[in-house]
Amino acid sequence: MAETTRVGGEQPQKVCTTCYMCACRCGIRVHLEDGRPRFIDGNRAHPVNRGVVCAKGAAGILHHESPARLRAPLKRVGERGRDALVEISWSEALDTAARWLSAVRASDPKKLAFFTGRDQSQALTGFWAAQFGTPNFAAHGGFCSVNVAAAGLYTIGGSFWEFGEPDLERARLFLLIGVAEDHDSNPLKLALAAMKARGGQIVAINPVRTGYAAIADVWLPIRPGTDGALILALVHELLRAGRVDAPYLADFTNAGWLVIEDPGGAEDGLFARDPAGRPLCRDRRTGELRPAEEPDAAPALRGAVRLADGRRARPVFELLAERYLEPRFGPEVAAEVTGVPAATIRSLAAALARAAFDDPPFLAEPWTDWRGRRHPGVEARAVAVHAMRGVSAHSNGFQTCRAIHLLQILLGAIDRPGSFRFEAPYPRPIPPGPLPCGKPEQVVPGRPMPGLPLGFPRGPEDLLLEPDGRPCRIDEAFSWDAPLAVHGLLQRVIGNARRGDPYPIEVLFLYMANMAWNSAMATDETIRMLTDRDPSSGAYRIPKIIYADAFYSETVAYADLVLPDTTYFERWDALSLLDRPIGRADSVCDAIRRPVVRPEREVRPFQDVLLELGHRLGLPAFTAEDGTARYPGGYADYLVRHERAPGIGPLAGWRGSKGELVGRGPPNPRQLEAYIENGCFFEHRLPAGTRFVRHGNRDYLELAAELGLLAKPEPIFLQLYSEPLQRFRLAARGHGSVQPPERLCARIERYFDPLPFWYAPLEDEAGAAHEFPLAAVSQRPAAMYHSWGSHNAWLRQILGDNRLCIHRATAAALGIEDGDPIRVTSRHGTIRATARLVDGVEPGTVWTWNAIGKRGGAWALPAETGEATAGFLLNVLIDERLPPGPDGIAPANADPITGQAAWYDLRVRIEKAGPGEPPQTEPIWAPLPRLPGLPDPPGVLDRGAPFAGRRP
Amino acid sequence: MTALPDRPPARRLGLVIDLDTCVGCQACVIACKAWNSGGAAGPLADAEPYGRRPSGTWLNRVHGFEVGEGEDGRTVYFPRSCLHCENAACVTVCPTGASYKRAEDGIVLVDASRCIGCSLCAWACPYGARELDPASGVMKKCTLCVDRIHDERLPPEEREPACVAVCPARARHFGDLADPEGPLARLVAERGGVELLPELGYRPTNRYLPPRPGRPLAAQAPLVEAPSTAGFLGWVDRLLGG
Repeated sequence: MAETTRVGGEQPQKVCTTCYMCACRCGIRVHLEDGRPRFIDGNRAHPVNRGVVCAKGAAGILHHESPARLRAPLKRVGERGRDALVEISWSEALDTAARWLSAVRASDPKKLAFFTGRDQSQALTGFWAAQFGTPNFAAHGGFCSVNVAAAGLYTIGGSFWEFGEPDLERARLFLLIGVAEDHDSNPLKLALAAMKARGGQIVAINPVRTGYAAIADVWLPIRPGTDGALILALVHELLRAGRVDAPYLADFTNAGWLVIEDPGGAEDGLFARDPAGRPLCRDRRTGELRPAEEPDAAPALRGAVRLADGRRARPVFELLAERYLEPRFGPEVAAEVTGVPAATIRSLAAALARAAFDDPPFLAEPWTDWRGRRHPGVEARAVAVHAMRGVSAHSNGFQTCRAIHLLQILLGAIDRPGSFRFEAPYPRPIPPGPLPCGKPEQVVPGRPMPGLPLGFPRGPEDLLLEPDGRPCRIDEAFSWDAPLAVHGLLQRVIGNARRGDPYPIEVLFLYMANMAWNSAMATDETIRMLTDRDPSSGAYRIPKIIYADAFYSETVAYADLVLPDTTYFERWDALSLLDRPIGRADSVCDAIRRPVVRPEREVRPFQDVLLELGHRLGLPAFTAEDGTARYPGGYADYLVRHERAPGIGPLAGWRGSKGELVGRGPPNPRQLEAYIENGCFFEHRLPAGTRFVRHGNRDYLELAAELGLLAKPEPIFLQLYSEPLQRFRLAARGHGSVQPPERLCARIERYFDPLPFWYAPLEDEAGAAHEFPLAAVSQRPAAMYHSWGSHNAWLRQILGDNRLCIHRATAAALGIEDGDPIRVTSRHGTIRATARLVDGVEPGTVWTWNAIGKRGGAWALPAETGEATAGFLLNVLIDERLPPGPDGIAPANADPITGQAAWYDLRVRIEKAGPGEPPQTEPIWAPLPRLPGLPDPPGVLDRGAPFAGRRP
Repeated sequence: MTALPDRPPARRLGLVIDLDTCVGCQACVIACKAWNSGGAAGPLADAEPYGRRPSGTWLNRVHGFEVGEGEDGRTVYFPRSCLHCENAACVTVCPTGASYKRAEDGIVLVDASRCIGCSLCAWACPYGARELDPASGVMKKCTLCVDRIHDERLPPEEREPACVAVCPARARHFGDLADPEGPLARLVAERGGVELLPELGYRPTNRYLPPRPGRPLAAQAPLVEAPSTAGFLGWVDRLLGG
């Protein structure tokens, strides 16, 4: 039939932009026919995805065409969550928002809490918060992966996922720890396939055998929350055998830096320093003490010394070797904890040593180290590691991730061929430069704060505390409760605001954060808090809620004012080096999103709205000297003309008046056109000689300073031993001007160990393991991303409900069969779900898919939809707090260092539901009211019909 | 009843699918749906798309299975679509000539204008590769993206099925399986590619590459204690060159 292959006529227009269906930020091409999106494929030139797209990315068309898209600004009439919202004009919406916000700014700016969920424009939103003058800003990291990010930034100057990547083109052995089929999505799939084709060995350490773990050579079903014990047993084995990269440790890490041993002293455990503050080492050739950063120093890795003042000091390496060689770190002990047999741990240690050190490939790419020594090339350390939320979302995640980095560093496997490699703009100084801003004197009515709300404390004096020691921030970030909460603590905002602890707020301003659903622990309680009233006044305890979202999500129903956002096809965005860039190991990259179609609804890009509000509030950065808007062209205008520092703007490519400059340079009015011509991304390939060991690579460090990626071209020594942690510990011992409250001293002393250690998840320590014998975890399906993806008409056919997966043996012992309704009970409550029996799970663990469950009425889905009646959230079972301690205070269910929500610590017991119980999941919430103005969803989706007729 | 081509087609276009790297991500499933709902095979309607139980027509689906138990157990993802058989029973049972196999490249297609929606072909297919589109009443199946692979307006590297173009695990390969020297035949030979249910005699064109045998953590020699002649951590100085 010739018609079938007849070709001719016009090609559809293919418009390059950047995906926003998850956080990977792949380059896509949107195929338009008659201005309507018809198909999405990958941009083959793009450094992130090299032409592929995932299920989410390909389904973006239906995301854009969702019937749940908001159509106009809304205001609430009646009760939150119960009564309808009504459409209003943008003029009324902006007037209202500006009125509420300006009153707060004039009286007490911290009474605005501005939290932005899965925002990819934090370089703007954080800056806006600082201009407003509130410290109460963060995105979703405290709920997601701050443990991994913070551990990386305090240890290696980069981190897994966004600030580095496994070099699977060269790795022989790949450890994949706690990674579901996201973070990364496409880059990791591409790399795994390439590695398998080369014959590399993949070891998945994960209680669940799906996705990436399913194609691994070795699956180690580990008990959740015990990864740290396994890793430190590997460290024990490597140290026992002397299989570490000693020259790398001496040259590029703090292994040779001397630690003061002065029990009881104010500097015990800090580095011995010279009068200029430079850390000292003992030179192994001359025996003299000298600054370790002097180019001709040769730090010794062992041997105690006497300092000039008589105090004793020992090198970091000796301290760590002494610790991890103790029998308590041996494989037998770890086997008891993790469920991974001791023999397997020994074999893995041997495999690591062999992959790293036996006949390592040599890449003949000459380079110069920070000392100025020229090297003919780089020896590979072909052990790559990647870890993500399975490590992060536990209350021991920070120290566990530090342990993983310790292992990598001992193997010399940071930024070597075949190892973890940095992605620009990383590595950064450890910890990175900016301190958090928001101390009492920095928050002044009517004034911007002098810095950004989020930053990296170096010690207790950098915490954000009131004079009486209470937190300055509504979410308790940078307080003694969560000193290194470097991503803020989104999950605590609503609870604290409702309690007025540490103070009441006036306006809660949320963007892209589904807090009334799956971005909260204890969803039921969160919903109650949003509607809780002060009985004396009758007013809501959280007086005003402004929410910006593109869809009718569960949270929209609880807002007082809704600012409708566009879809990602209808906006400008920058994936900026100032924010969350798309750098690859071999190139400095950033990217933009560009409008592909024009919205036909009364919606506006949130960033445009923020700039407009900034101008209406008179925030200096958004208001010109004559009082007019500084960026009248909206976000696109801002992206081109805003300079954070002279010559440094949101976009690094094509700067300068002719677009001739990279990184630093005056704004280029044609910059966005240049991006568009290049497929909406910018890629600057690093020259040979600057691609490896970048933390100690002189040419790279100089280049990075030139491009504005680093302030100074100074070497970055990897921090096996973390002095900032010790500073907090010393405060807990009564030293220094800023000290923790009595009740937290023992906790700080214990967890702020400058060398990584493993401790049981706090929920287990609180005794939950006995009463609740099973660990319960969730993971995100590859085809869905949070609630935004999962109402997609194609994706929900792939996964439209979820079950609780239980190991066959575990289920058999409980008399549970496949498909049985079961009750799942935690310390916090009980839900009903349906059992699925599987083999590929650690027998003491049950698991389900995340964020499938929905509330009827939201997302333009009916009350009886499968997601609401056969789907469920584990969030409902997770308490925000741990059981109260002896002092009656219930600590947060979180990592004590970073405050990361410990939702993977959950423990449950399960039982077969009673014979009379209905098959639906429970709880099922009352459906949300229908939103006026939303179209009726189609009975049949036949979206291809207009295109199909004219294609051959 | 409909006849197959007299002679085996000179070219046998098809897919080689690698079960070793497929992570079950469903990218191919959605890309297929998105392309073909507006392409030659479209429309592919979805009933109740935002209703209680959405149900649509798909040309490609991926199923996850657990195989074996305990140490020998593994999870396998299995993409399922038309295999473009040489002995295509779906064609020979077709009462109207709507189902046909192309002589030039072996692709099995449905001529929508002749399809009466009787579903005999779907019954005849042992692989479950055909789905009746309830909205149009026409049988739907994989076309190998016939409107992409022969579209000369596309750059040559883009003339491949949508599922192959997007696959992030590079688990899908497209080409001519009749060419014994071609990359697909070589891949099949190297990796021991198999045809599905060969005993039924349909002679499918597509091949599946079985999972590679995993490289276990061999019971290798454990690490040997470092000699401690020069005191605690004496070996460190040796590693540093004295």
